[in-house]
Amino acid sequence: MKPLVQIEHVGMQFDTKKGPFVALSDVNLQIREGEVVSLIGHSGCGKSTLLNLIAGLTLPTDGALICNGREIAGPGPERAVVFQNHSLLPWLTCFDNVYLGVERVFGGKESKAKLRERTQAAIEMVHMAHAASKHPGEVSGGMKQRIGIARAFAMEPKILLMDEPFGALDALTRAALQDELIGVMQKTGATVVMVTHDVDEAVLLSDRVVMLTNGPAATIGEILEVNLAKPRNRLSLADDAEYIRCRQAILEFLYQKQLKKAA
Amino acid sequence: MSTASLASELGSVRDLPICAQPAQTVTSHPSTSAETMQTIHTPSPTAVPNARRTALRDGTQRVLRAVIPPILGFALLILIWELVSMKTKGIPGPLVVWHAAVALFSDPFYSNGPNDQGIGWNILSSLKRVAIGFGFAAAVGIPMGFLIGRFQFLNKALDPLISLLRPVSPLAWLPIGLLVFKKADPAATWTIFICSIWPMILNTAQGVQRVPQDYMNVARVLNLSEWKIITKILFPSVLPYMLTGIRLSIGTAWLVIVAAEMLTGGVGIGFWVWDEWNNLKVEHIIIAIFVIGIVGLLLEQLLIQLAKRFSYENA
Repeated sequence: MKPLVQIEHVGMQFDTKKGPFVALSDVNLQIREGEVVSLIGHSGCGKSTLLNLIAGLTLPTDGALICNGREIAGPGPERAVVFQNHSLLPWLTCFDNVYLGVERVFGGKESKAKLRERTQAAIEMVHMAHAASKHPGEVSGGMKQRIGIARAFAMEPKILLMDEPFGALDALTRAALQDELIGVMQKTGATVVMVTHDVDEAVLLSDRVVMLTNGPAATIGEILEVNLAKPRNRLSLADDAEYIRCRQAILEFLYQKQLKKAA
Repeated sequence: MSTASLASELGSVRDLPICAQPAQTVTSHPSTSAETMQTIHTPSPTAVPNARRTALRDGTQRVLRAVIPPILGFALLILIWELVSMKTKGIPGPLVVWHAAVALFSDPFYSNGPNDQGIGWNILSSLKRVAIGFGFAAAVGIPMGFLIGRFQFLNKALDPLISLLRPVSPLAWLPIGLLVFKKADPAATWTIFICSIWPMILNTAQGVQRVPQDYMNVARVLNLSEWKIITKILFPSVLPYMLTGIRLSIGTAWLVIVAAEMLTGGVGIGFWVWDEWNNLKVEHIIIAIFVIGIVGLLLEQLLIQLAKRFSYENA
């Protein structure tokens, strides 16, 4: 099958006050449809930079990214992003935040009632129907991120990009949202690329874990296949041999092969 | 909100009449009565009615703590005023001014020709000038602020000009206004325009420059149209800054209008002050000072309430 996203010899260089800084160099990766891929690495290794490149929020200085047969030249709703800090508009209700995306994608072809129905469905999918008419300032951090996820899923993107989606949440809320996400991904069969620094999260959610070397000039160090049946359950996985193997492999990569000297 | 603070809230609002009695005792001996109340209530074993009573007491104490200092402040002002008026010839005391004010405000809207009108008409015509001048300033300043905030080139081009003109007293522009408009009234409005426009431009521009990058990223990912970006993202996030600009503008405009009207004459609170000075009715001048202060205060509070309505928690 042809991959949905092809990343070919991509390099990214930023101009800083101290001169050019090479964040990424020669990154090659192919993402298949329906696949869940995690990007993991030490902080500052360029995980988010790579995600922003796929999103089209920044353009590479080297190489090319191709999505669905076309070169990525800018951001677009077929590559929805869930931002780490949720980025909901505080002056719109949760419903209207989701609706804004729905309207943009389906507004031309569907009736208002259908658009509202889509929005409602997305909000129900993340179990936020009770708070749909609230403003983001009135709900908790976990709830905001649920709405952020609903907004992204409601646009029915080709690929969903998540930049440390649960990084700002406490451990219990994070677990609840991971389970939520597992359910949503199961239902929609979405293609997902997720940046994380949480080893358990990476193994629990992904089909493949892409491990990046330390920057500057970071690139892909190893790719780990996670051969665990879906849907996954965090309790029964705790002593699963494959789960432990994957975890071990990532930890070895992060803390032996890529140990940061002065962290 | 916790139940305790809710109760104290209720205590402060609804149960105020019931608390009139302890309130009076507290005023006469604030520290001792508070202490005795505490020694009586704290060791009491009956928790529920006690808690309610404590909440009640906290409520009244909070109201008293909020109300007593300003009352004392005003009392001090009136005391000093009375002393000054006793020592100085020509300055009327508080009581004289109070009687004059009662007389003045019993018929605020009379009109005996252009030079003798009720205080109500004078205030209204000053407010009208401020509104017109400010309206023009908003119509020009807000779009200009948006442009300056959005385009670096315009910012660089106009920043030195604004820096140069902003510190100039708007009254210095009055002769230009008289020259151009040939009439006193539009010239006064013109000075209001000049003094209102700078805060509008600067605050709007700052608001546009400070639109969080996250929101712009959302706009880019959703690929929103330029119209949607303006209505759903730019305008709402700039609005609080704009309202700050409006508040500063109106504040200055209200300061300036009094001086401008003293120079241009006509009907208006500033002219009225000058007229009463010529009539040597000092008690009316003192009334005017209070009126100008109160109107300014009301304008400010109105705009603060408006700003509260449109400020959003970003977290």
